[in-house]
Amino acid sequence: MSGIGDDMLAEEVNETVRVRFIVNGRKVACDVAPRETLVDCLRNVLELTGTHAGCEMGACGACLVRLDGRSVHSCLMFAVQADGARIDTIEGLSESGVIADLQAEFHRRNALQCGFCTPGMLVNAHELLSQVARPSREEIRDALSGNYCRCTGYEAIVDAIDVVAKARSEGGAA
Amino acid sequence: MKARAFSYFRADTIDQALDAHARAGDDARFIAGGQSLVPALSLRLQAPRLLIDITHIAELRGVCREGDTLRIGALTRHCEMLTEPLIAAFAPLLRAAAPFVAHPAIRNRGTFGGSVALADPASEFPAMTLALDAEIEIAGPSGSRRLKADDFFIDLFETALQPGELITAVHVPLFRSNQRFAFDELARRRGDYALVGCGMLATQTGDRIDDIRISFFSVGNTPTRVKGAETALTGFSLDAARIAAAQAALDNDLAPPESDEVPPMMRLHLARVLLGRLLGRLGEGA
Repeated sequence: MSGIGDDMLAEEVNETVRVRFIVNGRKVACDVAPRETLVDCLRNVLELTGTHAGCEMGACGACLVRLDGRSVHSCLMFAVQADGARIDTIEGLSESGVIADLQAEFHRRNALQCGFCTPGMLVNAHELLSQVARPSREEIRDALSGNYCRCTGYEAIVDAIDVVAKARSEGGAA
Repeated sequence: MKARAFSYFRADTIDQALDAHARAGDDARFIAGGQSLVPALSLRLQAPRLLIDITHIAELRGVCREGDTLRIGALTRHCEMLTEPLIAAFAPLLRAAAPFVAHPAIRNRGTFGGSVALADPASEFPAMTLALDAEIEIAGPSGSRRLKADDFFIDLFETALQPGELITAVHVPLFRSNQRFAFDELARRRGDYALVGCGMLATQTGDRIDDIRISFFSVGNTPTRVKGAETALTGFSLDAARIAAAQAALDNDLAPPESDEVPPMMRLHLARVLLGRLLGRLGEGA
């Protein structure tokens, strides 16, 4: 896209744009309307439904994915903005095994009930532990402040992340 | 809610971005981090014909020293404010404010220039540009200009930016060894909008305050300097009587709006509490 032509300002609402990104390690190309959010593209076009569309305004954290290695709200960007980016969703993180210990601990401690918030919680916890090896409980709570859970009361989620942080730093277990 | 259909253009240079805006008859919005703009589009509070993505414009990136100021590129993300060594060394007030800006995932996308351009009266960074006596660098159809932060914020979400103009950088005077700063906010939940927030930068000779700039947010339609309180402190050393005088001056400096959630008297009270705490920390050499 080097310059803008008048044709780009067409009133057509069905205009689509070809975007390419690397999703969970695989090259993907798809045609999207510019107004389509990344979460809608992931769920509806790529059928990666592990990423959840909750509030769709950046408040609940259910739609977190990793974009070029950083957690972001996939409801707070349009798919076209991610053209050329590397995206990792909960499916990719699960398959690669990098969050297996977090998932096991969430399961063991009942850190989920309905599970709607869980993918976002895991993406967030994964980023936190990659930045801070041994976060305090307060730091964990602070990091989770943008992720809503309406079932658990958060205590078990904080417990699970806390335990994994300790296990990783003590045993190098992953 | 879904955004109304729009066209999308990814600009590689400032000139391309400005040109695209003009061609769209100014029925366009620049998008950087988009952490406030995307929800506004989704809620259809805004519905431009064209979205101009400025995040790939190299000229808008980077933090560097430029003479006696720090030039903070508009695309500097909030998370970079936490990790960039030049920010910590030369604009520590911004480093102190950064952890309070929204949540980690928002900080990974949101940009400094975007926050200043939006001028949300509850946001941390716009208010801190006032405390820092920063200058806003602006590019537009009729060329570039620089504007003092004091002249930038006009009213609720209204700034001196004209249609088609965008912020390219913010220039902050380098932090000096005879300066002290303090920042804090009161919020019901971490990451939530502050009930009241405040940052300050003092220039001192020994314990005497030669100059102090104090800026509040979440107290009205714009980020607000409290000049009465500043005057009450200038030329003095901090003690209980001076702090009380500055707190009393807030009655004239601030006029919080009516609100069901936080009545004006409560907000004013919280502002006095916060000012007292921060001046106390400043006195302790914070």
